[in-house]
Amino acid sequence: MAGLTPASLTADAPAPAVAAPRKNRPTSPWQEAWRRFRRHRLAVASGVVLLLLIAAVTLGPFIWPVAINEIDFTAKLQGPSWAHPLGTDDLGQDLLARLIYGGRISLAVGLAAMVVAVVVGVVVGALAGMSAGWVDAALMWLTDLFLALPLLPLLLLLMYLFRDHFKRLFGVEGGAFILIVVVIGGLRWMQVARLVRAQFLSLREKEFVEAARALGASKLRLVVGHILPNALGPVIVAGTIDVAAAIIAESTLSFLGLGFPSDIPTWGSVLRDAKDYLDIAPHWALFPGAAIFLAVITINFMGDGLRDALDPRRVL
Amino acid sequence: MAEPLLDIRDLKTWFKTDDGMVRAVDGVSLHIDRGETLGVVGESGCGKTVTARSVLKLIDMPPGRFEAGQILWQGRDLIPLDETEMNKIRAREIAIIFQEPMTSLNPVYTVGDQIAEVIELHQKLSRKQAMVGAADMLKLVNIPNPQRRVHDYPHQFSGGMRQRVMIAMALSCQPKLLIADEPTTALDVTIQAQILELMQEMKERFGMAIMLITHAMGVVAETTQRVVVMYAGKVVEEASVEALFGDPRHPYTQGLIRSIPRVDRSAGRQARLESIPGSVPSLLDPPPGCRFASRCRYVMPACTQAIPPLKEVAPGHKVACIL
Ligand SMILES: Nc1ncnc2c1ncn2[C@@H]1O[C@H](COP(=O)(O)OP(=O)(O)O)[C@@H](O)[C@H]1O
Ligand code: SF4
Ligand SMILES: [Mg+2]
Repeated sequence: MAGLTPASLTADAPAPAVAAPRKNRPTSPWQEAWRRFRRHRLAVASGVVLLLLIAAVTLGPFIWPVAINEIDFTAKLQGPSWAHPLGTDDLGQDLLARLIYGGRISLAVGLAAMVVAVVVGVVVGALAGMSAGWVDAALMWLTDLFLALPLLPLLLLLMYLFRDHFKRLFGVEGGAFILIVVVIGGLRWMQVARLVRAQFLSLREKEFVEAARALGASKLRLVVGHILPNALGPVIVAGTIDVAAAIIAESTLSFLGLGFPSDIPTWGSVLRDAKDYLDIAPHWALFPGAAIFLAVITINFMGDGLRDALDPRRVL
Repeated sequence: MAEPLLDIRDLKTWFKTDDGMVRAVDGVSLHIDRGETLGVVGESGCGKTVTARSVLKLIDMPPGRFEAGQILWQGRDLIPLDETEMNKIRAREIAIIFQEPMTSLNPVYTVGDQIAEVIELHQKLSRKQAMVGAADMLKLVNIPNPQRRVHDYPHQFSGGMRQRVMIAMALSCQPKLLIADEPTTALDVTIQAQILELMQEMKERFGMAIMLITHAMGVVAETTQRVVVMYAGKVVEEASVEALFGDPRHPYTQGLIRSIPRVDRSAGRQARLESIPGSVPSLLDPPPGCRFASRCRYVMPACTQAIPPLKEVAPGHKVACIL
């Protein structure tokens, strides 16, 4: 119990000793996280590789302006050469051009599906975490239900059922893209929802949330302005992993012929076309396989680095 | 006589739990006049925090609920108001600071942003003007280099400095009442004195009233004019500081005063502390009669029959004891 505080202790001005030590100033939690991320060598290297990959697929068509569907039977199934750095397929189409084009689609699908998964997950998780009682129970039941579903068969079934419908609505390429993104994202939000809910349950009890409420912040402001920013760390990590998972899912779908139609190259569909020629033209499968591998593994390494950098115990 | 700024009448804030009804605040009446500092004391678990949070309607419902009573703010009952209406009163009219300065600030925003947010919420100002206001407030609460420190994050401040920031935030809209719930309990002794002094200084500047909640009698003696002593969800004594320390009537108040640590004048060593034996009883379905009976040295059979009402024993001095 604190006792009488003798007047002599009442210092006339706040002592400078009270001021916090200030080394390298201002450090926001995000800057701190970036500093920790930078120490994670593998993650940084992965980030660089990934950036190069993204740069290659976005800038590639300008540097390597070769048509993706120029058929040349005289040059079919050729290995890497100066004319075709990554070789050609059975129709003599340039694989580099096709992989650049396919990479755009694969990476875009990965990112877009992640956005869908994160948005759905954050909304479901936030609603569940803020509302106690039956709303929470119902949403968590839904989440568990989705988690219990066999994903790949369901993915295939949904693609099979809605493919033609979406093709009619949004065109061949657009329809396939939207359907794939929605289906993959719509089946991958559960992890994010659980994370967000858990974060919300603990954050809503934090004193700074209480203090903001006591000073007149509305519920919406509390959620969006105070709770959510503090819950983002784990969401970013999960979202990163989701990009990799979505790239694999899209490749799988395309490989099985239920993704993009085969005249639209993606990494997965190129791989599918290549599979019958593994013995005579191994390069054909090697390059798209390597691209998928590289993208997925670098994204996962980045996820590891982000996990360490955004450890919520360190942010709060 | 002018109407009090805040007039709590027979407030009952109960919590429904799995074990039964927790009567955390069970018929509390107290008032605060304009510009005065009211101390609210009692051991922990007596319902001080629940009372304070009730005033701003920060009680989670469920499990809490207002079973009875009125909270009259300048004559207007706050209990029926909804969240939107309460948000117009929070910070602008009544502000609160909590015990834990280390965790009361959002780690992802600069302190300037957080003060500016409060200003923006309640006044029609641009972000830029609000940031200027935030720096002014930091200066007012004696934070060195306010212009620079508005851009710092909470983790760059010590506990005492964060409590200053909290005070700056709470006072940024010039409320008429500041509720300070154990504002110094988490701080070490030197810093405690500085924070109490700062609150005094702010009060002289803004002329607001303060409801200072503490479990430390010493803090009350130094900073308040009038005191309400709470025990187990009820007010047991109310008096001016002089009357309370000069003529404490309730056995609980007497016990609290005896347990103040004092420095022995001749030898400079601590006199023996006399603490009240036992602890605050459970507020779960409390038995009838005086709630202090289990610890009272004067207890008699009549004490457990009915709850002794709060009676005026001298002008402005009320006691709830049958003695
Ligand atoms: N949300 C709640 N649910 C159940 N009991 C509560 C809740 N909040 C407070 N209480 C009870 O109310 C009583 C008074 O608590 P409090 O006002 O915090 O005491 P003080 O601030 O005087 O230390 C305690 O017994 C506490 O357990
Ligand atoms: S009413 Fe009885 S038990 Fe309660 S404080 Fe007075 S003497 Fe003690
Ligand atoms: Mg308390």
